[in-house]
Amino acid sequence: MSSRFLRTCNRDGGVSIDLNHGTTTLAFKFKHGVIVAVDSRASAGRYLASNDVNKVIEINPYLLGTMSGSAADCQYWERLLAKECRLYRLRSNHRISVAAASKLLCNMMLGYSLFMGSMICGWNKKGPGLYGRMFSTGCGSSYAYGVVDSGYRKDMAVEGRSTVSPLWFPSSRQQHPSHIVSVMYHMQQDGWIKVCKDDVSELIHCYRKGMF
Amino acid sequence: MLSSNTFVDPGKMKDYHYTGPVEHRFSPYSFNGGTVLAVAGEDFAIVASDTRLSEGYSIHSRDSPKCYKLTDTTVIGCSGFHGDCLTLTKIIDARLKMYKHSNNKTMTSGAIAAMLSTILYGRRFFPYYVYNIIGGLDEHGKGAVYSFDPVGSYQRDTYKAGGSASAMLQPLLDNQIGFKNMEGVQHVPLTKDKAVQLVKDVFISAAERDVYTGDALRVCIVTKEGISEQTVPLRKD
Repeated sequence: MSSRFLRTCNRDGGVSIDLNHGTTTLAFKFKHGVIVAVDSRASAGRYLASNDVNKVIEINPYLLGTMSGSAADCQYWERLLAKECRLYRLRSNHRISVAAASKLLCNMMLGYSLFMGSMICGWNKKGPGLYGRMFSTGCGSSYAYGVVDSGYRKDMAVEGRSTVSPLWFPSSRQQHPSHIVSVMYHMQQDGWIKVCKDDVSELIHCYRKGMF
Repeated sequence: MLSSNTFVDPGKMKDYHYTGPVEHRFSPYSFNGGTVLAVAGEDFAIVASDTRLSEGYSIHSRDSPKCYKLTDTTVIGCSGFHGDCLTLTKIIDARLKMYKHSNNKTMTSGAIAAMLSTILYGRRFFPYYVYNIIGGLDEHGKGAVYSFDPVGSYQRDTYKAGGSASAMLQPLLDNQIGFKNMEGVQHVPLTKDKAVQLVKDVFISAAERDVYTGDALRVCIVTKEGISEQTVPLRKD
């Protein structure tokens, strides 16, 4: 299979093609909808390619897709998914459900050996859409699970979402947190809103008193 | 010996002592060096590259610039494997012509970037070994820089360095243009002349420490009046 060839290129002695990857993404449901939070770091091998990558794709005003793993795979297939969702809306005259959009993406990926971890979150007729109560992908996902598990309450107030600001913690534990930006979206009944885009190295001073 | 730089090709630079039996495999790729840089300003964009073409310890050419003009408002810089750079630029030129013939207008920088992303991803499992940076003016006349990885992931930036010395140049640009890690400094927007001078200084530094970068620097400045080019000599060693 041709993907085996790409792997041989990455061995020592061959030319190393390093692709952008490395992420923490997180989404959880609470009383007022779904919170989606992502970091914005892209690394290529040991080099930090970028600190401000956009890892959330706004498929339509009621659907968001997150990206982790290979940046090119996620960007390409989620943009294709956005096109398919738009065609679905035009053909069947109603918005696609979150489960159907996820299944479309899953079926698109089936034939290939891709490197992507992606979450589709949204609001459909049955209410907030996410697989389970909470989901996290990427290298920092284990830290994110720990943080949210300790602070999560289903009836948390909407203001609580900004203090949960969960991504600064995994970012700061993973690597040195210099200017990594954490972006948060809130999925509500009438669509998503972009809540904030914070620089993690500034947030850490905010929370430092509680930490040590 | 060689640093832990991700762009190192150890294939052709052999250790000068016997290490035991080695299996030789054909590699369709080789690394021809070179560094590319692009900076976007308020109403201008600069794309610069060195002109050295190398392979292992040899230099193939001292006059092989890596900036290619695509349209009157867009320049692309390609570094990596020279064979793939040439093929890729030919394919982009052909696609630009096709677009012009069917849509009766020139492609904008953003459109070229989106198209290049799909061209690169089309070879996801046998990639073009090219690090691309597009610099130009967007449809509002503001400077735009788009940086890519070899399989097509891209984003719009204000400045980006790519190629063999990118890991040395990018932190310098972060500091001088992005004002990162500086306290109490006023964020002055970059003028065109200051940007050109900065690019020249930055490449002189790169040529000092990176063996694959040197010989000469080609700077392409994109403004609404058109594209002007300057050539500046660099270290030849």
